[in-house]
Amino acid sequence: MGAGGTEVSKTTYREAMREAMREALRSDDRVFLMGEDVGRYGGCFGVSLGLLEEFGPERVRDTPLSESAFVGAGIGAALAGMRPIVEIMTVNFSLLALDQILNNAATLLHMSGGQLPVPLVIRMTTGAGRQLAAQHSHSLEGWYAHIPGIRVIAPATIEDARHMLAPALADPDPVVIFEHGSLYNASGELAPPAAPVDLDHAAIRRPGTDISLIAYGGSLPKALVAADELAAEGISAEVIDLRTLRPLDTEVVTASVARTHRAVVIDEAWRTGSLAAEVSARIAEESLYELDAPVERVCSEEVPIPYARQLEETALPQIADVVAAAHRAVD
Amino acid sequence: MSVARSTSARKSSTAPKSAKKTATSKEKGRTRPPAGQSSAEHRGDLLEAMLRIRRFEERCVELYSAAKIRGFVHLYIGEEAVAVGINEALTPEDAVVSTYREHGHALARGVTAEAVMAEMYGKATGCSGGRGGSMHLFDASRRFYGGSAIVAGGLPLAAGLALADRMREQPRVTCCFFGDGAFAEGEFHETANLAALWNLPLLLVCENNLYAMGTALAREHAQTDLAMRAASYGMPAWAVDGMDVEAVEQAASRATEGIRAGTGPHFLELRTYRFRAHSMYDPDRYRNKAEIEQWKARDPVSRLTDRMRENGELGARELARIEHQITDEIDRAVESAEQAPEEPVENLLRHVTSARRRVVS
Repeated sequence: MGAGGTEVSKTTYREAMREAMREALRSDDRVFLMGEDVGRYGGCFGVSLGLLEEFGPERVRDTPLSESAFVGAGIGAALAGMRPIVEIMTVNFSLLALDQILNNAATLLHMSGGQLPVPLVIRMTTGAGRQLAAQHSHSLEGWYAHIPGIRVIAPATIEDARHMLAPALADPDPVVIFEHGSLYNASGELAPPAAPVDLDHAAIRRPGTDISLIAYGGSLPKALVAADELAAEGISAEVIDLRTLRPLDTEVVTASVARTHRAVVIDEAWRTGSLAAEVSARIAEESLYELDAPVERVCSEEVPIPYARQLEETALPQIADVVAAAHRAVD
Repeated sequence: MSVARSTSARKSSTAPKSAKKTATSKEKGRTRPPAGQSSAEHRGDLLEAMLRIRRFEERCVELYSAAKIRGFVHLYIGEEAVAVGINEALTPEDAVVSTYREHGHALARGVTAEAVMAEMYGKATGCSGGRGGSMHLFDASRRFYGGSAIVAGGLPLAAGLALADRMREQPRVTCCFFGDGAFAEGEFHETANLAALWNLPLLLVCENNLYAMGTALAREHAQTDLAMRAASYGMPAWAVDGMDVEAVEQAASRATEGIRAGTGPHFLELRTYRFRAHSMYDPDRYRNKAEIEQWKARDPVSRLTDRMRENGELGARELARIEHQITDEIDRAVESAEQAPEEPVENLLRHVTSARRRVVS
């Protein structure tokens, strides 16, 4: 397991995710992967390429385009002691399985008085930016983060893509993993993890003193570039990666705002009722008197994501929007 | 009759039954009645199991009227032959996935009247710790996966239980109960396709009671021959008289034998009828009395009772003994539920997530 060793290696987010799955399939025979085109096609986004050849069609199972049935089958298999990884092509399609995720996966443990934990991992892509139009481009992480009984994680870095799957599989409860489609080609050096990866804590990706930029998933790279631009102007931005959207780690956010006294929340979802709304409310509840400026939010325009390039770009949060929001807070 | 006497009577009648189940659990393709038990004895067991469900639910009506139990309560009265007949073909190692009308399924599966009644009361000792109520009965130790109140929501889950068994080559059957209303949901069709495609050891039991809530079969289905439609997925499927417990058992045994032999999912359409309304809230305006009376004439409990009487297998004394025993069992379940502790409100957030997961690198 190259990425799990001691050496730094060059890899991509896609390969890191694949390596995580390969390790899981190798190390635990209860683990299997199923979903749309995960086998012969190699995964809709190429994440599972080669796994069918290595592990065979029993453990890398192509499913019909029946989101409800194969997600529900994952729940049943998990109840029976397996450790399924279920892949759904995009979050838009996951709505066809929302009944299974909400009414069964998230609920069975509680409804059964603790008798039926569901150790299931569901992976899906999210987000826009590739001109795929409204039905392949939405960001509904906040909807899932609304639901008690599931854990929602959004690996934004190559390290997290490589190292968050194992603890997700070790979690006795359902974990939903959001992979932003624009991250798959991101490449970089993958170092062995400095500490065990847990799924409870946000991470400070760049320390700073003047303003907190709070992001997750596909918005993290934009926040980091915005922080570079702000640094060039002499504004020191701290960049926080939420990583786990449920349960939210507000301690890292609160501590950061206590240092910087200003916050910008970047979220590719629509502003109304978004995760950004939740984070802003938590800041208001816990850090109001630390704030020197109102919390700023950079979200998508309230429109189904359009196809045309210039329309899509305008609809989505961009680096310039983050910089402008930071200026409003600082000035 | 004294409590002590009936307790011992109950024990003596249930103990051999559970021993019998354990003994036969490893057998595959068994036929009824099991060796060493006469048909008459076996029919007596079937009658007792149906009566337990009937009397339990009649008590539920009283308790609901007395506001002792609340929520949506969906009664199974009239459909007892289905739960009892199907359960006879299952072993303790098999899994059962059920619906919101599941008191009968749970009791037939061996979940105790005490645990079910305590759950109806919302007590800590209920089979779901008071979180589920009438619609969400669970018992992991009996592989009873409840209790889904989303019509057809249990079907994909049942396919997953069967998939796990298939992948680990466990010779087990997963039985999924659902209604004619669920047959109209996409989840039924997705599951039927997946189960047939993957040759899963799944028994699909459609309880066709002719109404999806208040909507008659012909108003919900373009083609009302459900078994025929299920057969189009390439699985054995047949319709059964759901008011005849022995016919149900026979069909279920045939189906589970096929499944255990590796021939994939089987579908049974049980033609049955609920004598009561959809739920305790339902004024039942969509059915006429004549139809209900017509079906009551086929009551599965009286039908088996009459059959046994005609065969000389059941005397008035024996029937009275069974009735007393069941009444006593339910009395004690109610008393126990009344006395049982409430789940402390401090525990409200328990079981939302598991206690603590391991942190691993």
